[in-house]
Amino acid sequence: MSNLRLAAIVEALSLTPNADYPHDVVVHGGYCSDLLSDVMGRATAGCVWVTNQVHVNVVAVASLVEAAAVIIAGGVCPESQTLEKAAATHVPLFTSDLSAFEVVGLLYEMGVKGAVRGG
Amino acid sequence: MAAAGNKQALMSITYDIVAGDFVRGGEAAGKLKRVLQQLGLGANVIRRTAIATYEAEMNVVIHSYGGQLSVDITSETIEIICSDCGPGIPDIDQALQEGYSTASDDVREMGFGAGMGLPNIRRSADEFSITSTVGEGTQLQIRILHKAGE
Repeated sequence: MSNLRLAAIVEALSLTPNADYPHDVVVHGGYCSDLLSDVMGRATAGCVWVTNQVHVNVVAVASLVEAAAVIIAGGVCPESQTLEKAAATHVPLFTSDLSAFEVVGLLYEMGVKGAVRGG
Repeated sequence: MAAAGNKQALMSITYDIVAGDFVRGGEAAGKLKRVLQQLGLGANVIRRTAIATYEAEMNVVIHSYGGQLSVDITSETIEIICSDCGPGIPDIDQALQEGYSTASDDVREMGFGAGMGLPNIRRSADEFSITSTVGEGTQLQIRILHKAGE
């Protein structure tokens, strides 16, 4: 389990924040998936979730699993509803031009390991 | 705390679910989660309830013409009934198989329709049953057990 602060990850990966975010939130691990039921069932609270999904239901899932942050990778632009809902519900959401593979690789190098519920 | 066999009703809530509304989809599960947190239930119970209700809610959004999520919280259980008006499920055993889905390509591109929803509900529930009538709708009954503080 890592104990990195979210701000350190944002800085190291040059992530673009959607809105103000809590810099001191501790990231306990990571999960990468584009299947929402997979994330619902297996991602852990306090994880950083890496995905290519851009639509608004990403925010509902991130909130329900209590993800520390969502990183939308691959240089794709989230839908405006996604950005608005993330800001309104205080879900830290970031974008990156890097691919999901690169984002996860950099996170792993920083010490953020895979975290799976029940695993 | 209630004595064994003396289950006390704590709260009953009903949420409407609108078919095709992916913006609000998940809000009922989120509202219920906050209620359970305010009642002081344990993290594992809250997480299992969140998974089951999110999946049930999104099934109604994706597959039905609309429905309701009704929740009765007692001192020992969380009883959830999710009912919809819709096309129904012709083969429930098939629908319960991991990986089986009838979702459209558009919905799959959004990350739904992986055939994980009903299996996620079954894993999260202590008791789970599903009935469906083709041309009328589907009803899920989900029971999650808890004790005070767990």
